[in-house]
Amino acid sequence: MDFLYPVLIFATLALIIGTGLAFASRYFYVEGDPLADKVDALLPQTQCGQCGYPGCRPYADAVAGSGVAVNHCVPGGERTMLAIADIMGVEPKAIEEEETAPVVAYIREDECIGCTLCIKACPVDCIIGAPKQYHTIVTDHCTGCTLCLEPCPVDCIDMVETPELLEHWSWPVPGTKRAVKAEKRKAQHDGKIEGTDA
Amino acid sequence: MLNIWHKIQQSLSLGSAQGFTGGIVHGNQYKITAGHPIVACALPELFIHPIKQHIGEPCEPIVEVGERVLRGQMIAKPQGYLSVPVHASTSGTVTCIEEHTIPHPSGLGMISIHIKPDGMDETDESLHPLPNYRSVDATELRERVRDAGVAGLGGAVFPTFIKLVQDQQNQIDTVLLNGIECEPWLTCDHQLMLEKAHEIISGLDIILHMVEADKGIIVIEDNKLDAADVMKQTLSDMGLTDSIYVQVLPTRYPQGGERQLIQAVTGKEVPAGGLPLHMGVLSLNVGTSKAVYDAVCLGEPLTERIITVSGDAVPKPANMSVRLGTSMHFLLKQCGVEHFDGIKIMHGGPMMGELLNQDDVPVVKGSNGILAMNQQTIMRAHHQEEPCIRCGDCGDVCPAGLMPNLLAAHCKENQFERAEDYSLFDCIECGACSYVCPSHIPLVHYFRYGKGQVAQIQREKTFAEESRQRSEKRDARLAKELADKEEKRRVAKAKKEARAKALAEKEAAEKVVVDKDNVEQPDVEQTDKPEVKVDEKPAEDKA
Repeated sequence: MDFLYPVLIFATLALIIGTGLAFASRYFYVEGDPLADKVDALLPQTQCGQCGYPGCRPYADAVAGSGVAVNHCVPGGERTMLAIADIMGVEPKAIEEEETAPVVAYIREDECIGCTLCIKACPVDCIIGAPKQYHTIVTDHCTGCTLCLEPCPVDCIDMVETPELLEHWSWPVPGTKRAVKAEKRKAQHDGKIEGTDA
Repeated sequence: MLNIWHKIQQSLSLGSAQGFTGGIVHGNQYKITAGHPIVACALPELFIHPIKQHIGEPCEPIVEVGERVLRGQMIAKPQGYLSVPVHASTSGTVTCIEEHTIPHPSGLGMISIHIKPDGMDETDESLHPLPNYRSVDATELRERVRDAGVAGLGGAVFPTFIKLVQDQQNQIDTVLLNGIECEPWLTCDHQLMLEKAHEIISGLDIILHMVEADKGIIVIEDNKLDAADVMKQTLSDMGLTDSIYVQVLPTRYPQGGERQLIQAVTGKEVPAGGLPLHMGVLSLNVGTSKAVYDAVCLGEPLTERIITVSGDAVPKPANMSVRLGTSMHFLLKQCGVEHFDGIKIMHGGPMMGELLNQDDVPVVKGSNGILAMNQQTIMRAHHQEEPCIRCGDCGDVCPAGLMPNLLAAHCKENQFERAEDYSLFDCIECGACSYVCPSHIPLVHYFRYGKGQVAQIQREKTFAEESRQRSEKRDARLAKELADKEEKRRVAKAKKEARAKALAEKEAAEKVVVDKDNVEQPDVEQTDKPEVKVDEKPAEDKA
């Protein structure tokens, strides 16, 4: 009968631990995916869809959930890519498309026919207008996602570069020889990443 | 426990009782304009007044093109709390209000009010003098200091009126008047103290009255002992020796920095993130004190300031009294500069000043010096950056107690979070580390780059958060619209069904009635009735 004691002990232990785990999974349940939340917080929230997903949140879910590559966010640029790679614990990958200067959309109001199609397309609700009235863009809120360009039937929307504001100006990288060298080294390093990617 | 630790610290004199840590000593040979009397600058052909000459919110122009303005007339009114107005420097006509480059390293412009002087120099007298300031309420004096557009004239241009209030939590007991002027080349404060001692001390007296402090200290470095003597003499002449005294400190850069000055005078270090106010100390530049005097006792807004025009490309260096808005090109011409090719213009002192790309920029409230240097001189001092040899000299001279070599390395590699861990934002950008670096690393430049990038990242984060909220709200709205539509459709469908049902029932009922009408024959009813009776019978039997 001695063999019954260990069986009994382990069965009791398993029961206690199992019950504990069951309670823990219920009472400490975390809503949503915390990893996806973290990735989403890093994304620039332009909702532009350049990553191939219908917005920043879906891309964050895809990166955190099914391990989609971290280099699809074009407006986020290299900094965002590195930060996401750091969180996900994967190797950084170079962004395929070139980084461009920040832009905002601008409606040439003379040509606008007031069709409201761009208003429906704007993911951040920054276009003002009514049917058969001029529309205009609140540039302070425009993320430069270019989603309003395509639905416009008269092509009256331009993307213009945001002017450099005095209060937002910051000092550039010191342009000494060493800084140039460091830049070059960094470029080579980036090239290596691209190489491994390919 | 903490008290015991402080006592131990004091007994071991770990926290330096006097003086601040770090710093460097410059020779006196650069102060070539020392002792040069203040010369008034002639009126230029055009005045340019940028609408923001202080730290804080920009002003809004209140004059129109073609309007005639008088000297001291407010031409741009402050917007928001952290803002002081801009005044016309002479009488004349507003020619245009448009963007003009300002003295800033970016070379960018700002909306500026252009005034063409008429040469009469008529003064606007809307601010009446308040010579009996002791009987005037502190709030009114504070309002006056604001209306006169006074901002810190030491170079930081923080609106002065904000400082001039007795705080409820932190009792201000000492007012420091900063006559240190530790930058090489600059001598404007020195000369001001020699020539306008009475005004400076009266200004300090007004400030003491406003903040109800009982002690005023005028701090002067020992390379300006003549100014200290003049100040002491004036103090005893005015009979203010009980409340105000002069303190002479050994010459050391950057003693004129607010935090360093407080540490040097009181022995107390202003903690990181803290304000001098928390130490019960208020510090102001001597020029600001004079501006406060002008505003209160003479009713004159801030329309001119003393500037040192110097540098090895200036044939006749001088301390000049310049109207704000005068072009630096004009000013340098007044000092004998003929050819502007091959010279570099620096705004401020050589340690903390900024190289300008243009000479056609106006003098603003924060201009304490204009240095024109030969390009060769600058290139001789300019070296290529070498690798850091970890000598630690930068850490030794840092007055903020930072490790500039590590900070610069982090900034260079874009590791801004680490740089912030190493207290990037406690750097006062005094330039002492760059000055002593044997490898000629432009350390302060890296810190400025890092600070700019951190601010940029913060702005982008805030914008992303706003965009997220807008996007989420839009999604919620669309979902609600869709749900509402569904609901409406459902309700409509239900109604339609109900109506159809009702119609059907009605029709059925009518049909029944019609049927009844049609089929109402006695035979049928009679045949029905017996059947019912047959059904009921068994129940009765049971009962």
